[in-house]
Amino acid sequence: MSNAADTPSLLSLILFTPLAGALVLLFVGSRQVDLIRWIANATAALGFLVSLPLWFLYDSTNPDWQFVEQMEWIPSIGAQYFLGVDGFSVLLILLTTMMGVIAVLSSWNAIQTRVKEYYIFLLMLQTGMIGAFVALDFLLFFLFWEVMLVPMYFLIGIWGSDNRLYSAIKFFLFTLVGSVIMLLGILAVYFYHQDVTGVYTFDITQFHELNIPYDLQWWIFLAFFLGFAVKVPMFPFHTWLPDAHTDAPTAGSVILAAVLLKMGTYGFIRFSLPILPEATQAFVPAVVLLSIIGIVYGALVAMAQRDWKRLVAYSSVSHMGMVMLGMFALTPVGITGSIVQQLNHGISTGALFLLVGVVYERRHTRMIAEYGGLSKIMPVYAAIFLIMTMSSIGLPTLNGFIGEVLILQGIFVVSKTWAFFAASGIVLGAAYMLWLYQRTMFGTVDNPKNENLPDVSLREFATFAPLLLLAVWIGLYPKPFLDRLETSVDKVMMRVNADYTPRFAVAAEGDADATEGAIAVVESAAGPIRGGAR
Amino acid sequence: MLEITPLHYSLLSAALFMIGVIGVLVRRNVIIIFMSIELILNAVNINLVALSDQLQDLAGQVFVVFVIAVAAAEAAVGLGIIIAFYRNKETVNIDEIQIMRW
Amino acid sequence: MDLIWLIPLLPGLGAALNGLLGIRYFSKQTAGLVAVSTMAVAFVLSVIAFAGLLGLPEEERYHEVTVASWIPPIPLETANGIGSFEVPWAFVLDPLSGMMLLVVTGIGLLIHVYSVGYIDHEPRGGVARFFCYLNLFCFFMLILVLGSSFLVMFVGWEGVGLCSYLLIGYWYRKQSASDAGKKAFIVNRIGDWGFILGIFLVFFTFGTLDFRSVAEAAAGMPVEVGFGVLSLICLFLFIGATGKSAQIPLYVWLPDAMEGPTPVSALIHAATMVTAGVYMVCRNAVLFAHAPMVMEAVAWIGVLTAFMAATIGLVQTDIKRVLAYSTVSQLGYMFLATGVGAFAAGAFHLMTHAFFKALLFLGSGSVIHGMNEEQDMRRMGGLKPYMPTTFWTMAIGAVAIAGIPPLAGFFSKDEILYRTFLHSQVLWGIGALTAVMTAFYMFRLINMTFLGRYRGPEWGQPAGGEAAHGAGSHGDGGHDDGGHGHAWHGPHESPRTMTVPLMVLAVGAVFAGFIGVPAALGGSNVIEHFLEPSFTAFGAFHPAEEAHHLSHTAELGLMALSVLLAAGAILFAYRNYVRQPAAADEMARTFAGPHRVLTNKYYVDELYGATVVRGTMEGANGLWTVDQRVVDGAVNGTGWTTIFSSWVSHVLDKYVVDGLVNFVAWVCAEASYVFRRAQTGLIQNYAFATLLGVFAFVTWYLLAR
Repeated sequence: MSNAADTPSLLSLILFTPLAGALVLLFVGSRQVDLIRWIANATAALGFLVSLPLWFLYDSTNPDWQFVEQMEWIPSIGAQYFLGVDGFSVLLILLTTMMGVIAVLSSWNAIQTRVKEYYIFLLMLQTGMIGAFVALDFLLFFLFWEVMLVPMYFLIGIWGSDNRLYSAIKFFLFTLVGSVIMLLGILAVYFYHQDVTGVYTFDITQFHELNIPYDLQWWIFLAFFLGFAVKVPMFPFHTWLPDAHTDAPTAGSVILAAVLLKMGTYGFIRFSLPILPEATQAFVPAVVLLSIIGIVYGALVAMAQRDWKRLVAYSSVSHMGMVMLGMFALTPVGITGSIVQQLNHGISTGALFLLVGVVYERRHTRMIAEYGGLSKIMPVYAAIFLIMTMSSIGLPTLNGFIGEVLILQGIFVVSKTWAFFAASGIVLGAAYMLWLYQRTMFGTVDNPKNENLPDVSLREFATFAPLLLLAVWIGLYPKPFLDRLETSVDKVMMRVNADYTPRFAVAAEGDADATEGAIAVVESAAGPIRGGAR
Repeated sequence: MLEITPLHYSLLSAALFMIGVIGVLVRRNVIIIFMSIELILNAVNINLVALSDQLQDLAGQVFVVFVIAVAAAEAAVGLGIIIAFYRNKETVNIDEIQIMRW
Repeated sequence: MDLIWLIPLLPGLGAALNGLLGIRYFSKQTAGLVAVSTMAVAFVLSVIAFAGLLGLPEEERYHEVTVASWIPPIPLETANGIGSFEVPWAFVLDPLSGMMLLVVTGIGLLIHVYSVGYIDHEPRGGVARFFCYLNLFCFFMLILVLGSSFLVMFVGWEGVGLCSYLLIGYWYRKQSASDAGKKAFIVNRIGDWGFILGIFLVFFTFGTLDFRSVAEAAAGMPVEVGFGVLSLICLFLFIGATGKSAQIPLYVWLPDAMEGPTPVSALIHAATMVTAGVYMVCRNAVLFAHAPMVMEAVAWIGVLTAFMAATIGLVQTDIKRVLAYSTVSQLGYMFLATGVGAFAAGAFHLMTHAFFKALLFLGSGSVIHGMNEEQDMRRMGGLKPYMPTTFWTMAIGAVAIAGIPPLAGFFSKDEILYRTFLHSQVLWGIGALTAVMTAFYMFRLINMTFLGRYRGPEWGQPAGGEAAHGAGSHGDGGHDDGGHGHAWHGPHESPRTMTVPLMVLAVGAVFAGFIGVPAALGGSNVIEHFLEPSFTAFGAFHPAEEAHHLSHTAELGLMALSVLLAAGAILFAYRNYVRQPAAADEMARTFAGPHRVLTNKYYVDELYGATVVRGTMEGANGLWTVDQRVVDGAVNGTGWTTIFSSWVSHVLDKYVVDGLVNFVAWVCAEASYVFRRAQTGLIQNYAFATLLGVFAFVTWYLLAR
């Protein structure tokens, strides 16, 4: 049970494995392209392997932070090197490391220029993303949050297509503006905490116990909201996304869709909800409204697209609207569904971008009109595409359904009207995805250039296989995933809803006040763990 | 036998030094200039050793060891530069090495 | 009986085998064998399970099997405080699902056998793909039937939609086929939207999704007078049913779905999937019985759909489209039955309809097969001598659907009409009229196809070129390569694999009705008593008895009347299409206006196209423009503003602030022209200067001291 003691620095290992790979790559001659590719793939695979223990060792009955590592970083301002995970981050880290392997593997043939730099950036990005998920220190989180921007900027700007510089700059500036405002919010929490307790710290676990006055919460929420909403992206902050996705190289789009967008939603669930519970309640109608607009609007705009990748990008806007909706239902079912849907979106949209990448590599065009009748030429490809389309539109027995049902059921008990409109997304989703499928896969092969396209290669299939497997797994037996979320969801619920009865026994039996409780949580996570908390 | 006094050492040293300085100033071949610099350094070394003996102070000899070490390093770097330069310009004539002017 | 979860799993296994291995490696025979054998085993298991069910005492005939956890419990507030959202993978066998189980596996098995012959023209991979889809369909259909909770049923519900999409679009290279598949899926999704909202409301109201718990909870509630929460639930569920079971206003996809291969039309779009809506309403009979307003709506929508589809069916010339509209019409009948509270009659009609409609579709498939993919009845006629088995079996089917005793359709249809009459004479009138039209168009089909003069293409020469002008529905464009290489040798009877299922179904169409012989005819209506527990939550709910009963004499009178009307319609069809073929054309000319409206299916497709579809597309394009111009425009506008203000600053900076700096720099630069001469770049010059300096200092040192 006491996983934290057995694996004292597992998180650091996970965090720095990709970076170590990037360092190794620095010393390889840039002409040795194959060696570089092997090293990068091996590093990504290793990164995934070292993250696997998280799945098995994470104790889903234990509501405390797990695998905690705590060290001084900048003592003068109270910043620490403080890592730890709960159910949310465990799943997202695993998604990140897995998508890392897939993204690196999918770049094998696609990237032919500046190969070394490409892989270094990709691996750096990986460390940045994992870092943001494991950081329990707000400043550390912010550091990783910003670190992610740089490699992504270069990935789009150097290896992108057509309008790549415009897109890269747009992505960078958009996110930067958001995160600067977010930094203000972080500092506000930081100084408020100092005011109340006299301690300068960026410790998130302490912030989670903080009771900030409502007025201040309102402003901080707004600041956080701008930072995270840009990343999600929520309507109307979404316009960087289609451009960035369209122009990014395949692996970039995959990582962007599968992991980077989750930063925003993760930010909401990790910071906005637990630190600012009252403001969250107050913002629910606004956020829900924007989410529903996002769902319907994203779906409708997707329908109008002629560019394959842009269509998938707009479908992301729609899906992420669904994720936000579930979260701001502020019901355990909704929040659980929201996290599951984040995984699902990573899996299905990631796969859809990979699929576009496969034909883009062969034909160098993303225009839907250029394709048609591919079912005949690339049957395996068509089958994978069909499964992922179905996963994306939420067909039962595949993953998307679980997320959608939980989210919609979660929002339904809050407001039937909201659910009524949000559920219309499932109709529109089917419409644009099936139309895309028809236009690309069905019909006759009109374009002679498509006649001799090779089907999915073994390497390409290897990138899809884990995603297909996960899609079916989550669809048929989501229990392992939902179990890991249980205590974390309940912890968030206890913050946003004082009356909520959690499914685990509460640690402090009312004799300790809030601050002491927080310390107890930290200590018990580091020390021997109490036996079965249930 | 003529007694070798410190004066002799000083004279030898001064002579070597002047030969070196003049070599640096008038010769056109960079290698020669380089050798002249070595002469200057060694002139200093002779002086240091002689005076160390005279004053019975080991510091002078320690210095000499330092100077030799630095000279070796300097020779390595200097020769490296010369070779790199020769590869580019195919000459070691100092008059043609004037790319650093305004 | 504890192994009922194996029943859906077997076809699922077959689908996986054919999908993963079959398309690449299996021969046509192996693919067919895998599919048929899994279905056969599933059928045997179903029979065993059903026998087990019959062995139980009546009140214990509800056997629930939980296989695994699906969605583990998560707390969630409901109308009655905090509940727990939990859905296990659980299946249930009760009289209703038992009956459906036999229908699905039995008819499914027959159609699988039939398909082996029918799909033989296709290339090897295509056959395996076909059987993969067909098996997958049975997998989902059985989950739908056996699911013990709303959400598990919804899994099957959506799954059969997917399979329907895949099978309609089986000849995906044909634009109309892929269009039809897409249309089916999207229209169904609109229904599903209602269904899923209904499910959410069920959970919110009852705190559980298990059918039996919901039914028992609902049984304890008063029957709603106005439009309450139960009515809202039922309305949402019914929206789902209209999508899947092709009722007004969502029926438009079913006629188009005839683009799929004929066995598919028989299995999915006649016998099983489209009846899922009826099944779902029956499954929630207790809920619906508590919502009289919705029941009334169900009855009216059912009867209107039945009537409207029957009128369209009168003038269609594509043999499969006639059957498609007939299916829509019969489904309307079933909803009429459920709407007037005769759930057992609806389920009974569902079963008999499965027999004779599957029979008719398979028969039409046999005709199409024998006529080299010709579907237009105007190019048939006089086929009886060429394909006798097909003729006789189809004729039985037609008699059955027309409601002539003692065939199956008579009993179920008259039960519905009788119960409707008790409920409302107006509904009965429309229903009876529909029955007359049904008899007419069915015999129009039989007469145009099999009797009279042969009007098809000549054979002996390679056919296809001429026939392709038919109704635009010729299979030419859609088939995979090599499907049509062989020459056609005239109309011929189909192979044994196709005719044997026809004969089995014909036997069913004759005898299936005898399990529901009404009391008026001396029977005891076995099926109704058998199904009763499923509609009353095993006695927890006692539906209000209809206030008045008719005497047996009056009931017999109604029967006689409808039989007479049907017989009259049959004779009229015989006169119009066999004796005096010109009479039909004359009628069409006399009623040119209505005829045109009917031929164009009331212009509903055009209406939807102009409103919903066009509206959505225009909305999408409009929003995209908005996204580019306004939302992104705002972003880019911000960008431009920033760039512009930076340009202004730049000008200011460059000419004023920097001007000053540059002036200083300019002065320095000018001065430097003089001094830079000293910078020769020659080291020796510098060294010499250094030396001079040293001399100067030393001299100064020596002298100035």
